[in-house]
Amino acid sequence: MSTDDQRPGAANPPDRLMGLASETDPDGTLIEALPFSREIGMRLHRAEASVAVLSVPYDAALVGEPDSGVLHGGVITALLDTACGWSVMTTGAPIAGVATLDLRIDYMRPATVGETVYARAECYRLTRSVGFARAIAYHAETEADPVATAQGAFMLERTAKGT
Amino acid sequence: MTGADGDRQAERDAVLTALTGCVPYNRHLGVRFDRLGDELTARLPFREGLIGNPLLPAIHGGVTGSFLEITGVMQLAWDRVLEVMRAGGDDAAAIGAGRFPPFPKTIDITIDYLRSGRPRETFARATVQKAGRRVAHVHVEAWQESRARPIAMLRGNFLMPGEG
Repeated sequence: MSTDDQRPGAANPPDRLMGLASETDPDGTLIEALPFSREIGMRLHRAEASVAVLSVPYDAALVGEPDSGVLHGGVITALLDTACGWSVMTTGAPIAGVATLDLRIDYMRPATVGETVYARAECYRLTRSVGFARAIAYHAETEADPVATAQGAFMLERTAKGT
Repeated sequence: MTGADGDRQAERDAVLTALTGCVPYNRHLGVRFDRLGDELTARLPFREGLIGNPLLPAIHGGVTGSFLEITGVMQLAWDRVLEVMRAGGDDAAAIGAGRFPPFPKTIDITIDYLRSGRPRETFARATVQKAGRRVAHVHVEAWQESRARPIAMLRGNFLMPGEG
């Protein structure tokens, strides 16, 4: 599979996105090590070259509006925060970890009931101390019609070698 | 406290518990609310499943962000519920029966993370800066051991339901 093929979106049906999951994170171990991410079923589909793609499956336990069954905004927040953090981690800089400094989220529309929500994040600028990232949350078939967008700043925890 | 007032306070506590519990994600995280007059304090008891960084360990930033958003939305929803209950009539009876007005919808939020969330109970309070007919603007602060040392803050705009 070429790099171009790995870009998620309208051209990539969900089953191929799931195929990516097994390629990037075969056992889900990268995300599984994080208790809350594991608890809400978060998956890491891609993390390379300043871009990260993650997802959260629909789960009735994570609903925010009991009448409509729409996922709670906080679930989207957790997904976008994690995706942005991963995009900073994959810039190639010697980073041991990142800590969210701030995160701004715009909610464009409710997530579709029953559908997996994906987040695609990009670290678009890296300074010595801070990574700047933006992300969109979307459904596999409708990337052009995002559920939410996010932008944030992440403090870098440099490794000893990079300090 | 008179008997009648005691009954009214007990009823309001029961309605608040029902309002909180009708949202599955609130139950999933384990968010609860304490009430003193019209002021709510949100509580998030710690459990292992809320950890985002096992090495520190620290509560997941998404959990803290969710908790702040829940606190803001619930404060707005509770203000609406109190208003309807005070007015009485059919709408108040509906609330007594567990049928609540629609929740406000989040338009946008900005979260600032000041300190990492340690593995202990977290608290939060929301202040409604503007309760507009269509849009409400809310500030929320979360803290752990000391109110003067917030771990995270949220500013948000919320679309109020049922208005043009």
